[in-house]
Amino acid sequence: MHELGIVFYIIRDVKKAALEHGVEHVNAVVMNIGEVSTVVPDYLTDCWRWAADKEDLLRGCELRCNMLPAVTTCNACGKEYPTVEHGRTCPYCGSEDTVLKCGNEVEIKEIEVL
Amino acid sequence: MEDGVKVIEIKKSIFEDNEKEADALRAELKRKGVYLLNLMSSPGSGKTTTLIRLVNLIKDQVRVAVMEADIDSDVDAVKIKEATGIPSIQLHTGGMCHLDAEMTRQGLDNVALDGLDLVILENVGNLVCPAEFDTGSAQNAMILSVPEGHDKPLKYPLMFSICNLVVINKMDVMPYFDFDLDKCKEYIHMRNPKATVIPICAKTGEGVDELAQWLLNEIKNWKN
Ligand SMILES: Nc1nc2c(ncn2[C@@H]2O[C@H](COP(=O)(O)OP(=O)(O)OP(=O)(O)O)[C@@H](O)[C@H]2O)c(=O)[nH]1
Ligand SMILES: [Mg+2]
Ligand SMILES: [Zn+2]
Repeated sequence: MHELGIVFYIIRDVKKAALEHGVEHVNAVVMNIGEVSTVVPDYLTDCWRWAADKEDLLRGCELRCNMLPAVTTCNACGKEYPTVEHGRTCPYCGSEDTVLKCGNEVEIKEIEVL
Repeated sequence: MEDGVKVIEIKKSIFEDNEKEADALRAELKRKGVYLLNLMSSPGSGKTTTLIRLVNLIKDQVRVAVMEADIDSDVDAVKIKEATGIPSIQLHTGGMCHLDAEMTRQGLDNVALDGLDLVILENVGNLVCPAEFDTGSAQNAMILSVPEGHDKPLKYPLMFSICNLVVINKMDVMPYFDFDLDKCKEYIHMRNPKATVIPICAKTGEGVDELAQWLLNEIKNWKN
């Protein structure tokens, strides 16, 4: 459900970009997806297939997901660590006062056109 | 790569347009003197019950309308109208798990904004997706109910970091759960040091007057 909503935003933005660049057909859309974003790439590509084929501009267009690692910063000791491995607790000092530095991106990186 | 394929770099977050639309809506509401509160929570935390209590306390002091966002029913909108007599409209999200600024604007188009001071939006029950989409509200608020546990702010950091008001509901069932209110406040403030925390029991109405005071004060500041 969430992924389908996201797909509609992607389609809207890709259409806009295609119009700006005078593109008639898009072959592929490449996404940057943060490791801890709420998007599941498999679901996203499934939803994409269903929705994209309804659009002339995107018929047969492939969606590729490029995963970006998540990094958390510890407010207590200032160090950074991989989020997926250690979660909210800093592996260096044990503090739970930590903030996500990156890893929740959902962005369109580029489109491939003929 | 195939011959003749050209790559066009976009590098744009899919949330970007929504953020612009939300800012525009917020500015428009500010000009009109309408305060929009975006109320979020897990399903069943007590949004509708709290709204009914709250609206009945303040409806003589401010002109208020309620928008109910639901995936596919109008149970809550009917309940609000029957229990408070104020205008309430149902927004169907068409299967979407959140509302964005455009959907919120479309919903507001069905409300006569002129003369209103306050619109409360009951967002879709969900702690993940609504946190990612700015609705254009003046303020985000959420309800956490005691049975959900005091560690929710650790599990849903984004939601708690964007809410400046956290209402802790169902205080009456505290004896049956190992809910630690102090720990909960500590975790909330870790995510947002500015957050106001108000414990209530929507079932009996306890604490709802404090919530009403907070909201009336917010509306006053918004109109200045
Ligand atoms: N014990 C207790 N029950 C409550 C309290 N507030 C709400 N409830 C009950 O919790 C259930 C859900 O309340 P609602 O107000 O419908 O919750 P909601 O967040 O609007 O639910 P959705 O719109 O379905 O997400 C109902 O059975 C309420 O009677 C409270 O303070 N104490
Ligand atoms: Mg409800
Ligand atoms: Zn640390």
